[in-house]
Amino acid sequence: MKWQRAVVAVAIAIPSIGLLGFGLTRDPGSIPSPLPGRAAPAFTLAAFTNGDSARAATMDSVRLAALSGDVVVLNFYASWCLACRDEHEVLRTIGARYAGTDVHFFGVLYNDSPDNAIRWLGEMGTLPYPSLADPHSHTAIDYGLYGVPETFFIGRDGRVAYKHTGPVTPDVLIGKIEQLRAAKRVAAGGAQ
Amino acid sequence: MSGCSSRTHARRFALAFATGLAMTTAACSTLAAQTSAQPVGARPTASAPADSALDAATRSLASQLRCPVCQGLSVQDSPSELAQQMRDVVRQQLENGKSPDEVKDYFVARYGQWILMTPPAAGFNWLVYSLPAVVLVIGAGMLVVLVRRWTTVPPDAGMQADPNASGTMR
Repeated sequence: MKWQRAVVAVAIAIPSIGLLGFGLTRDPGSIPSPLPGRAAPAFTLAAFTNGDSARAATMDSVRLAALSGDVVVLNFYASWCLACRDEHEVLRTIGARYAGTDVHFFGVLYNDSPDNAIRWLGEMGTLPYPSLADPHSHTAIDYGLYGVPETFFIGRDGRVAYKHTGPVTPDVLIGKIEQLRAAKRVAAGGAQ
Repeated sequence: MSGCSSRTHARRFALAFATGLAMTTAACSTLAAQTSAQPVGARPTASAPADSALDAATRSLASQLRCPVCQGLSVQDSPSELAQQMRDVVRQQLENGKSPDEVKDYFVARYGQWILMTPPAAGFNWLVYSLPAVVLVIGAGMLVVLVRRWTTVPPDAGMQADPNASGTMR
């Protein structure tokens, strides 16, 4: 009778502890995005700074639809965001590497004023690509944003391929971009 | 002899009943807390005079959406900037003739079902709704069995005058 009780207690306790332990490994702040695989929400946003790339200097406003067929990297950031400082140098270096290619980087300002952002960029180092203003966060909400920094990778088919939450690393950035760039080569090779 | 036995019996039953009552109350209050945490729809704000139907619809919908930058607050209840902007989006879309369900779908397509304060009772989510009821039924069943076992006077109990004997009962 005693050992039967022990068996029942253990049979209840172990799954309960397991479930609680599993809960500890989960981050309640990270929300799985349904966006990857879906068409990237369209936007037309005004650039408040063109960065220092020659190509970007001709752009006043950016329309996502005009970039179809190319790879687009959208980085949502803000001057008040501490984690954005961690990824800034990564974006500067890798953004410069892809300047003038079929990969377009854009910064999208989130709940911040362009004046603050320009001051911040002056302090941290300017980005080699344009930064866009998103006045009422319509684009941010369209992309299901819940914080900054968040980085979206849009493939040649105009679909969101991947969403990165938190500071982006060189491995993620280069890895995802090259994966998306290769997609065309595979498709073009198959069509020939 | 028999008086002593029935008194023990009554005392044991009272104890079991009190324990059962406490457990049921606890279970019910948990259930009540869970249901009351769900949004009840439009909540009138203190400084709102006669509102238009659009405002009411916006409030009702915003209170069904979860604020992405808060902990357990609805878009309606959160003072954050993003929630304010989301309320504007809700209002704008309703103004443009979208139905409340279409607006909800818009947010679900972007944030997933996470954005809904009340998850739809479908698929795996059914567990959330059925589990409390199942646990309550199991608890009630256990209570019935245990109370019956505790209050049943074993046949040899009446023979023993010593109340200490109850400690060794099986």
